[in-house]
Amino acid sequence: MTSNPIDRLARATPAPMAARMRGLSDRAIAWLFVAPTIFLLLAVNIFPLIWTVRLSFTNFRANRPNQAVEWVGLENYTRILTDPGIWQNMQVTAHFLFWTIFFQVIIGFSLAWLINRKFRGNDLWTTLIVIPMMLSPAVVGNFWTFLYQPQIGLFNYVVEFLTGTPAASFQMLGSVTLSPWAIVIVDTWMWTPFVMLICLAGLRSIPDYIYEAAEIDRASKLRQFFTLTVPMVLPFLMLAVLFRGIENFKMFDLVVQLTGGGPGSVTELASINLKREAFEKWRTGYSSAYAIILFVTVFGLASIYVKALNKVKER
Amino acid sequence: MTRRFLAATSAVAIIAGAAAAQAEDLTLCWAAWDPANALVELSKDFEAQSGHKMNFEFVPWPNFADRMLNELNSGGKLCDLLIGDSQWIGGGAENGHYVKLNDFFDTAGISMDDFMPATVYAYSTWPKGTPNYYALPAMADANAWFYRKDWFARPEIQAAFKEKYGRDLAEPKSQTELLEIAQFFQGREIDGKTVYGASIFTERGSEGITMGVTGALYAWGVKYENTPGKYDMEGAINSPAAVEALEFYKALYDTATPPGYTNAYMGESLDAFKSGQVALAMNWFAFFPGLAADPEIGDKIDFFVNPPQVTAGSTLGGQGISVVSYSEKQDAALEYIKWFAQPEVQAKWSQLGGYSAANSVVNDPAFKDSSAFAGDFLEAMGAVQDFWQEPAYAELLLAMQSRMHDYVVAGKGTAKEALDGLVADWTEVFKEEGKL
Repeated sequence: MTSNPIDRLARATPAPMAARMRGLSDRAIAWLFVAPTIFLLLAVNIFPLIWTVRLSFTNFRANRPNQAVEWVGLENYTRILTDPGIWQNMQVTAHFLFWTIFFQVIIGFSLAWLINRKFRGNDLWTTLIVIPMMLSPAVVGNFWTFLYQPQIGLFNYVVEFLTGTPAASFQMLGSVTLSPWAIVIVDTWMWTPFVMLICLAGLRSIPDYIYEAAEIDRASKLRQFFTLTVPMVLPFLMLAVLFRGIENFKMFDLVVQLTGGGPGSVTELASINLKREAFEKWRTGYSSAYAIILFVTVFGLASIYVKALNKVKER
Repeated sequence: MTRRFLAATSAVAIIAGAAAAQAEDLTLCWAAWDPANALVELSKDFEAQSGHKMNFEFVPWPNFADRMLNELNSGGKLCDLLIGDSQWIGGGAENGHYVKLNDFFDTAGISMDDFMPATVYAYSTWPKGTPNYYALPAMADANAWFYRKDWFARPEIQAAFKEKYGRDLAEPKSQTELLEIAQFFQGREIDGKTVYGASIFTERGSEGITMGVTGALYAWGVKYENTPGKYDMEGAINSPAAVEALEFYKALYDTATPPGYTNAYMGESLDAFKSGQVALAMNWFAFFPGLAADPEIGDKIDFFVNPPQVTAGSTLGGQGISVVSYSEKQDAALEYIKWFAQPEVQAKWSQLGGYSAANSVVNDPAFKDSSAFAGDFLEAMGAVQDFWQEPAYAELLLAMQSRMHDYVVAGKGTAKEALDGLVADWTEVFKEEGKL
């Protein structure tokens, strides 16, 4: 007389409840299950977004509860879009995005290609390579601050060893020209493994018989690489670029830990500047407009990119 | 019926009275630093006397403003008492975060005449200089300097300095002398180790570089406005004297600080000094008791007040203690303030390592000789100036942080351009505030 758990559950369900449930349509039951999620989504995503849009047209300041809130129309948007300082932050962000993605794609793909070749200990190498992305950005930032230290930092000594430039003669984090690159180096060190893993998944999804057919056709290794490997990995690579692009557009913790936006404002990304406006200067309405502009920028660029990605996948 | 009514109301009154006198759990919020530990020790007496239990919420300096201003702005009930930075007093008063203390001071017999005038002005009043009090001066402080007196005393170093500058190596009497001494030590080899001139404030994120630069500006006699209260800054904060002072600070940074010293504040300054990297260092008096007691370097250092150039002037630090208006235990919090204001408590506060602002402590003839820096402290407190204490102080401060860091550390533009830019930023803020 054994029965499975579902039978036991059905027997344990009170009859009136079962009757009531039987009265529901599939559509109603589906709604019943989805409703809590929709409610949560509305409460924590959609409502704050709508509220932010509303605030962006006001002069509201969260630290001035006694001050009357005035409707200022598009003034906040106009101020932001005509502020040279904010355009400079955008340029800094664009520089950071471009170079981090560039290096991560090149190095990540190369590493994946090397790891994909069968050799002894490649699992161990894979594990070692992915360690940086498992660390907290704050820890990584702190750790690299010491590595970049001109007097005791290992990085400067490696540069001295390789180039002969005295270690104490240059400052990665204190120099206007070097500090943006110091951040690019750290982000590349940390996130290249992520790109590598995605590329590796792409490489391993290519069936061996395709290469065997190419071999039979006497296609050279170089030709196999450019006509088979690259096109088949490209959708994966583009996906990695999408993830890293969105992630780096909102980069905050790593840069704050490394340079705090300095020296001066040369590494002040848009996200850091937004935080200063919102939670240090307490210009809530203004920073809401700023956040909306950033959101629309990311959303717009990501949408265009996803369309391109879909086209590549369809080929 | 009347008897029953009387009995019932008496019982209610007794219960209510007992409830009012019941012990409370009070939370005092402050920054996490040496004086906070002294306050914990001091407050044990209050706990014993009042029956209230004291809890403490100490936040490290880099996060102190963010954490506490968030707490106040959200009407949080975490802090019953807050030792908030002097710049917060305007916002604290205007935004209703702090309880106005005038009536309480009258009732409790606390007189602001019993505290150093500079601290009452800076830590307690809003609008500035009016008899509207929102805090009791709790921790007097100013920015000053300390140096390696053992290095200064070495005959070979003395001789080398005299040969170069034609005078004895001693505590600087002006900012120019300070720069010369710092430059003299820069890159010098002492005991087989390369040392540097001075650790100064260059931090970008909170208030560091502003607190350092203003030390130079005040010594050159620079004011924020031509007419106090008029916000007429053109020709004041960007005057030729201000340009000279800012150029001095940049020269100090460029020619006399350790490599990589681009984002340094209190902690970094102490680290650089304690590790024997620098001959001179700037920092707040609050750290001096700890430095003097340090077993490694305590006997090798001496202290001096920020040297004048055109006039005496030091950057004000320190804080007042306020009752948070969102606290549900305001009566007990006021009890703490009443207790803390007592001369004997202030005396003990000073002994434990806090900087009392009470006249009874600082005017005591023995005070000046009570430590190696007590005389300097008194001198500094006689000529302190503070940053804007406006409700919009954060916007004013961040603008200055950015302009100063751009010029001093990033080497962008000239001192005049940096200060002109600052006037433009501040004008915009005050226009928004409706004050211009």
